[in-house]
Amino acid sequence: MGIVSPGFQGRRRPAEPNLPPGQYLTEDFPVLSAGPTPRVSLTDWEFVLSTETGAESRWSWDEMWALPTETPTVDIHCVTHWSKLGTNWRGVSVDTLLDGVDTAADYALVHSYGGYTTNLPLDDLRDGQAWIVHQYDGADLPAEHGGPARLLVPHLYFWKSAKWVRGIRLGLTDEPGFWETAGYHDYGDPWREQRYQGD
Amino acid sequence: MARTAIPGRLTKRAGWWVARLVDRREETATACTLVLEVPDWPGHLPGQHVDLRLTAEDGYQAARSYSVSAPADGERIEVTVQRVPDGEVSPYLIEGLSIGDQIEVKGPLGGYFVWRMTDPAPVLLVGGGSGIAPLMAMIRARRAAGSRVPFRLIYSVRTERDIYFADELRRRVREDQGLDVAYVYTREVPEISPAQAHRIGVADVNSHGWPPQLEPTNFVCGPTGFVEAVSDILVALGHEPRRIKTERFGPTGA
Repeated sequence: MGIVSPGFQGRRRPAEPNLPPGQYLTEDFPVLSAGPTPRVSLTDWEFVLSTETGAESRWSWDEMWALPTETPTVDIHCVTHWSKLGTNWRGVSVDTLLDGVDTAADYALVHSYGGYTTNLPLDDLRDGQAWIVHQYDGADLPAEHGGPARLLVPHLYFWKSAKWVRGIRLGLTDEPGFWETAGYHDYGDPWREQRYQGD
Repeated sequence: MARTAIPGRLTKRAGWWVARLVDRREETATACTLVLEVPDWPGHLPGQHVDLRLTAEDGYQAARSYSVSAPADGERIEVTVQRVPDGEVSPYLIEGLSIGDQIEVKGPLGGYFVWRMTDPAPVLLVGGGSGIAPLMAMIRARRAAGSRVPFRLIYSVRTERDIYFADELRRRVREDQGLDVAYVYTREVPEISPAQAHRIGVADVNSHGWPPQLEPTNFVCGPTGFVEAVSDILVALGHEPRRIKTERFGPTGA
């Protein structure tokens, strides 16, 4: 228990088992980005998956959305303490993109239009845990929320769900991404409150 | 002055510093600056933020992120808090926390939206409302270091009464060479102002910012819509996106 603040009540809500420690519920959808919002035209958009051998798989916008899509409803948790429960998305499972890709990699470095990067273990992108999404709540994903398409990895803090996603590079070694280099946790599990390095 | 660690003093546990409120200053009708004393504070860079955590008597906790608005002064740090109507944490910080009360602090946090004094590039600061707080830390750090890096600030507020650090900004402009400040009023302009109330636009950023050829570092902080608008303008004016650093304050119910 921390230092008690005399008279502080807080806004208690009915017990919410889906809220990780240190998080509060929000109904709106805050935006967090380190720079300007990149604008990517759909005709230029492509997604590149590369492996540790340099082998590449590429999808154009039309090719990507010709793949089977899923409609995950998931809770999202931002490292700045807000959580939003039951969010609705549409996208392609990363399992679908990895299907048939020959790799021995343990790590993934996700990169975005605009230069953002984030890293995570490849296992966290498999088994129905991650999607490339292009719709939120039944409509095209707005640019400030990562449109035209972003990664969705809801079981990790939301900075891992890279906006404006452009590709994933698989590797044998862990390479820290943008926020991970700036002091944020390498893995980022909200249930273990892994916000910052050393947590 | 060098400090001697006091053996056995519990200043940090599980990543949280135990701080004490030693002073508070009203900035506007809805915002105030808390001066906290944090034993063994390691220092911070201008632009970084901290998490503040409150604990109720039954152990319930709530934490929020706030910008640090001044460079570290030994063990003292200053955090500027805007009161969020119906918020869970900010009303208590502004009205409930008394001088001498303890509060937990985690930080310093965020290593990207920071001004480094070793960077000679000219700086444009664009703040909307409470977004001035981390920018003020940069202005104060520049002053404290006697830096000559050219600084420009464009500060968008609803009315004159909503200007944070108003007296100090006037003084800084008079005393600090190479610092210019321009205001944009969105609701009501001061009587002497020739301009109309308006939202910040291309003309404001073009007139009061730096040409992209000078390769300035642009720091933009404020509500999401404001930051989106200003950073889009900077990109359209030819600034390299990597030279535009943003911090967005969402309506997060803090």
